[in-house]
Amino acid sequence: MVDDARRFFFDRYNLSPSGLQNFLNVAMERGGDYADLYFEYRSSSSLLLEESLLKSAQQGISVGVGIRVLSGERSGYAYTDDLTPEKIIQAARTAAQIASGPARTHIVGLHASVSARPSLYPVALAPTDAEINAKLDLLRRADHAARAFDARIQQVRVGYADEVRRVLIATSDGALAADVQPLVRLSVFCLARDGALSQRGASGGGGRASLEFFQQTLTPETIGREAAREAIVQLHARECPAGEMPVVLGPGWPGVLLHEAVGHGLEADFNRKKTSAFSGLVGQRVASDLCTVVDDGTLPGRRGSLNMDDEGAPTQCTVLIEKGILRGYMEDRLSSELTAAARTGNGRRESYAHLPMPRMTNTYMLAGSDDPQDIVRSVSRGLYAANFGGGQVDITNGKFVFSASESYLIEDGKITAPVRGATLIGNGPDVLTRVSRVGSDLRLDQGIGTCGKEGQWVPVGVGIPTIKIDRLTVGGTAQ
Amino acid sequence: MSSGNGLADLAGRILQAARARGATAAECVLRESRELSATVRLGEIENLKEAGGRGLGIRVFIGHRAASTFTSDFSWPAVERMLDSASAIARVASEDPFAGLPDASELGQAEGDLGIYSPEVAAVTAEQAVEVARRCEAAALAVDPRLTNSEGGTFEAATSRKLFANSLDFVGEYRRSSCSLAAVPIAAADGEMQRDYWFSRAHAPADLDAPEEVGRIAAQRALRRLGARKIPTARVPVVFDAPVAGSLLDHIFQAVNGDSVYRGTSFLANRLGELVAHPAVTVVDDGLRWGGFGTTPFDGEGVRRRKTVVLRQGVLESYLLNSYTARKLGLRTTGNAVRGLAASPGVGVGNLFLEPGDQSPERILAGISQGLLVTEFIGMGVNLVTGDYSRGACGLWIENGELAYPVEEITVAGNLKDMLRNIAAIGNDLVFRGAVAAPTVLVEGLTVAGR
Repeated sequence: MVDDARRFFFDRYNLSPSGLQNFLNVAMERGGDYADLYFEYRSSSSLLLEESLLKSAQQGISVGVGIRVLSGERSGYAYTDDLTPEKIIQAARTAAQIASGPARTHIVGLHASVSARPSLYPVALAPTDAEINAKLDLLRRADHAARAFDARIQQVRVGYADEVRRVLIATSDGALAADVQPLVRLSVFCLARDGALSQRGASGGGGRASLEFFQQTLTPETIGREAAREAIVQLHARECPAGEMPVVLGPGWPGVLLHEAVGHGLEADFNRKKTSAFSGLVGQRVASDLCTVVDDGTLPGRRGSLNMDDEGAPTQCTVLIEKGILRGYMEDRLSSELTAAARTGNGRRESYAHLPMPRMTNTYMLAGSDDPQDIVRSVSRGLYAANFGGGQVDITNGKFVFSASESYLIEDGKITAPVRGATLIGNGPDVLTRVSRVGSDLRLDQGIGTCGKEGQWVPVGVGIPTIKIDRLTVGGTAQ
Repeated sequence: MSSGNGLADLAGRILQAARARGATAAECVLRESRELSATVRLGEIENLKEAGGRGLGIRVFIGHRAASTFTSDFSWPAVERMLDSASAIARVASEDPFAGLPDASELGQAEGDLGIYSPEVAAVTAEQAVEVARRCEAAALAVDPRLTNSEGGTFEAATSRKLFANSLDFVGEYRRSSCSLAAVPIAAADGEMQRDYWFSRAHAPADLDAPEEVGRIAAQRALRRLGARKIPTARVPVVFDAPVAGSLLDHIFQAVNGDSVYRGTSFLANRLGELVAHPAVTVVDDGLRWGGFGTTPFDGEGVRRRKTVVLRQGVLESYLLNSYTARKLGLRTTGNAVRGLAASPGVGVGNLFLEPGDQSPERILAGISQGLLVTEFIGMGVNLVTGDYSRGACGLWIENGELAYPVEEITVAGNLKDMLRNIAAIGNDLVFRGAVAAPTVLVEGLTVAGR
């Protein structure tokens, strides 16, 4: 597959190792420490079924190359969507502006890197090449399942999106790497109505896979029913309580807590610049000893997984927090060079038009030993958060939020009434120190996450077992 | 970039070729853009980016079946492949009687200068961009010794040219430019770090605020956050500082957006003509405001832009619609279609604003014995189906009419239906920093959750 990706660019755009070498030479003709080329050919399609009609169907292609020159802490960047040699050379000269003086490295000959491990996402038929009727069938099945769930389901919207990204990376230190990255996602939104009450529910899933994902791993029926169930449950939800209280997070998607509370704060760029609330805390306690958190880009077929990151480095499983102690950060090339840290395969970018930076892949907490039901039983009055929308964090002061889309009161050790969605807010460096129970039921999310940072969006995964946080501020309205 | 008529010729050829493939109607959009950005951090260049891109999008109809395709490759074989796949997938799409181009009588464009393009933007050099970014950051860091770190000063400039044509013989084209300047300093004291920012944005470089002014305000905003506390949970008046009050208008927009109205996913669906907000509230969308950040001569479907009163003295007077949502609701389009390259048109704002009141922000604060001034929200905790509202916030505590101390790690919660009615004061400080703008707003009856 890697060879296919390389040949794809070489054949279609008349590229060759010596041609790439020449572009790199131009990029470094004014000096600099390093240069790289990132070629991307992204083909995508999406479908929208609404009112049981296929209302919108799209397909598209975007192609381009991004050229980067590094000089100390400086990055020069240029891109072009015209892959003729003249335009690429022009972009290389633009990126070169950042540097001055003689090049501090000499450019070594390109050699194709051969990965020892098999692809994490081999697909026989790329999702973008599947028959549109096969995709439409998935939408109809999800729509039908959602409508059949309950007569109060009034509106169902089913979205499908796929893409295949072909990537070729050439670097001034001689690496030539390529990858083919498929991605699919199916999502369902439901509106339930009961008299004057209306509520919404949503679910979705996918991964780096072909359409077979929806036959084998997660069916459209499951997604449709789940969205419908959430809307129905929420119809008669009460006001959510306000203030500090114990919070139990259910397994799976609530792992977005880790993504916001600690994940972003452990990205190496913020720590190199000392702008993160976690700066300088390696080796120190940032969580209770029940907490071990990893970022793992190597899980087969997962939405956040990659064979290599967008700088050509192999992905890996990086331990961020081990039994409560901060072990390390997620690194891209620039930060690892400047701080003499090992690269972790976390250099990612949205597209050829963007500079890479440290980003998460699949971030999750390892399972503990508690029975999830015991964890709920240990709370006399608190909140059980089963599902979330999204979240956000202020890296510098560490404050993070995440918004519950399905949550319940815990009263005398039992999950009782559903309450209206509310935002939970906490402080990243100390929220995990208040984790007093960790369940044995680690679950990863179904493959719906997209993370934004400095205007760039990339697919990610999260996961968590059931956990209890002794104290967290819940942003409800009931006092 | 291609010259003068190149884009129009290509558009004409695309529409003709679409018809030849059996399309009963078609539209296409072609865009070229350039960007330059420079970030300076702690006095050194951090990033310098300069690039250009282009793209084209096609939508074809076969009767009432529609499909869209897009590509960044303008070569004719690539365009033909896009046309082939568009007509192939349109045949699979469902017959939707409401789908189609706008009525021909709605098409049109504003004439004359709209104040949205300055050729000066394209003339900015990388050296100038770096210099302005450097001055902006330096001004911020010079304000106080507690400003010890920074995420940098940034200058960005962008220009774009867009051509839109459809098979009803509409052809329109415009250029837009924008430039912006920002500083993100970090203040530190007693082991605490706080970041804040300030920015200036304009269509022409000469209309930007001075870098020194932007830097100084950013510094003051970061400094005033130091020493932040968490406060006990309470129900208090909440003042939305003008730069964050626009978020209330974002929610109003989402609730009057034709898509959420016909889908019934808005708390303002089926409420036309009703009093839904305090009588002091008038909200207007003006797609032709001179120099507005949302101003264009025509909308994403080639429909004339216009001014629409959304809320007049608290009464819901109009939704914001494109031609599809208008047909679904039995109404006329309000010229609010937006279209990227990739998709069928959605609904977007022109320039949406809350009409200012007559009180200064200081006077609004003076009337509050205990309350909260919100200066930043984080998170997206708004449910437009129910109006439920719960967002993370930070800001300043108000005591006896004065700002007492900074607060953080709190949430502000209520329901938008009540919040719109409980707007108790509107400031006189309306400034457009984007396509959505509001003056300072006081909302009563919200729950602030903290300790």
